[in-house]
Amino acid sequence: MKSSFIIKQFYGDIPDAGSGNQTSNHAASKNDWPLWEVFIRSKQGLDHKHVGSLHAADAQMAIENARDVYTRRMEGVSIWVVESKHIHASNPDDAGSFYEPAKDKIYRHPTFYDLPDELNHM
Amino acid sequence: MNLEQLEKAFQDKIDQEIKIEPKDWMPEAYRKTNIRQISQHAHSEIVGMLPEGNWISRAPSLKRKAILLAKVQDEAGHGLYLYSACETLGISREETINDLHSGKAKYSSIFNYPTLTWADMGAIGWLVDGAAIMNQVMLTRTSYGPYARAMVRICKEESFHQRQGFEILLTLSKGTAEQKAMCQDAINRWWWPSLMMFGPKDTESTNSDQSMKWKIKRKSNDELRQNFVDMIAQQIKFLDMTLPDPNLKWNEEKGHYDFGEINWEEFWNVVKGNGPCNKQRLEARKKAWDEGAWVREAAKAHADKKANLEKTKAA
Repeated sequence: MKSSFIIKQFYGDIPDAGSGNQTSNHAASKNDWPLWEVFIRSKQGLDHKHVGSLHAADAQMAIENARDVYTRRMEGVSIWVVESKHIHASNPDDAGSFYEPAKDKIYRHPTFYDLPDELNHM
Repeated sequence: MNLEQLEKAFQDKIDQEIKIEPKDWMPEAYRKTNIRQISQHAHSEIVGMLPEGNWISRAPSLKRKAILLAKVQDEAGHGLYLYSACETLGISREETINDLHSGKAKYSSIFNYPTLTWADMGAIGWLVDGAAIMNQVMLTRTSYGPYARAMVRICKEESFHQRQGFEILLTLSKGTAEQKAMCQDAINRWWWPSLMMFGPKDTESTNSDQSMKWKIKRKSNDELRQNFVDMIAQQIKFLDMTLPDPNLKWNEEKGHYDFGEINWEEFWNVVKGNGPCNKQRLEARKKAWDEGAWVREAAKAHADKKANLEKTKAA
């Protein structure tokens, strides 16, 4: 594929060419602190919801950083952090067949049943 | 599926406004464009802390100091949301930061201008954040899911930034003759660089616009710039100040303001690294990174030690 499309520059997309030092020092990322996924309960009674991720050396630091990064405006009353490597996910490429079994079972929905309008409380 | 079919399926999704998520198949160029754009955006938030950080210790009151601290902390937060979004595309945090320090990755040129007076804190909030918001509101609908979600969070927080900036100028505009002059001077210095934030003119490019087709971007530079001028030309009336452009004039027929030509030579000069503060900004970032190295290493050593202790205890 031609890469000429990137030449048009938009706001927030500043031209790289002909400026600065072009050699990048792609250091190994082994020194990075591990990545954590952050889940926040916005108020008592609701589920924890994924809000993003961050780096931290350990769980305690991850919770403290999550407080600073994701709850500066009282967005939460409880924080969960999970190291990203422990999250297992379904494969989006299989989504078609994976969720297929639910597709033809419309009788699982209440609207499937045609009942008289006069029938109340149901 | 072969490459052509994959690309077609990908474009179909975009056309149906279905967001692209990290594990979905995407063209390599889509991944690269997003990495470049999101990381530049993240770097802009982080470097953007420097011009304002300059005034934290010199804010005129405790109230203003607390507000400025909160704003700068928000910008650190915005940088972190964006770095995380960028990482979902398969680039490590360290690599991203190294690219900033080596000069390979860029950040918004606006932060290469100096903050000379307290009024600059007002002008930055109103004009610079105002320009950023125009772009960021559009990006809440960008096609890459993690980027769009980060933008939603950022937009919720940016509104305070712009309002506190305008309030600083509003206060100055009602002050002494000296304060009024300071207010006008800040507006004069920040107006044109703010217009430059939207990038080159649409006509500058003869290339097909892939970013638009992929819905990474949804409005052109000139469209966003015009929206910004229309907004600011109205807002400035409340300050009883003027914008430094003799050609600024309401155009009844178009329903928009006409405005003068940007100094493109200055624009490209700053992009190329010759702005007033390019060197200083990058050095400040490198210094912070280098001097923080022992903290990163110590925290990691401590975490490793604790993990090992727990392992021995369990055994």
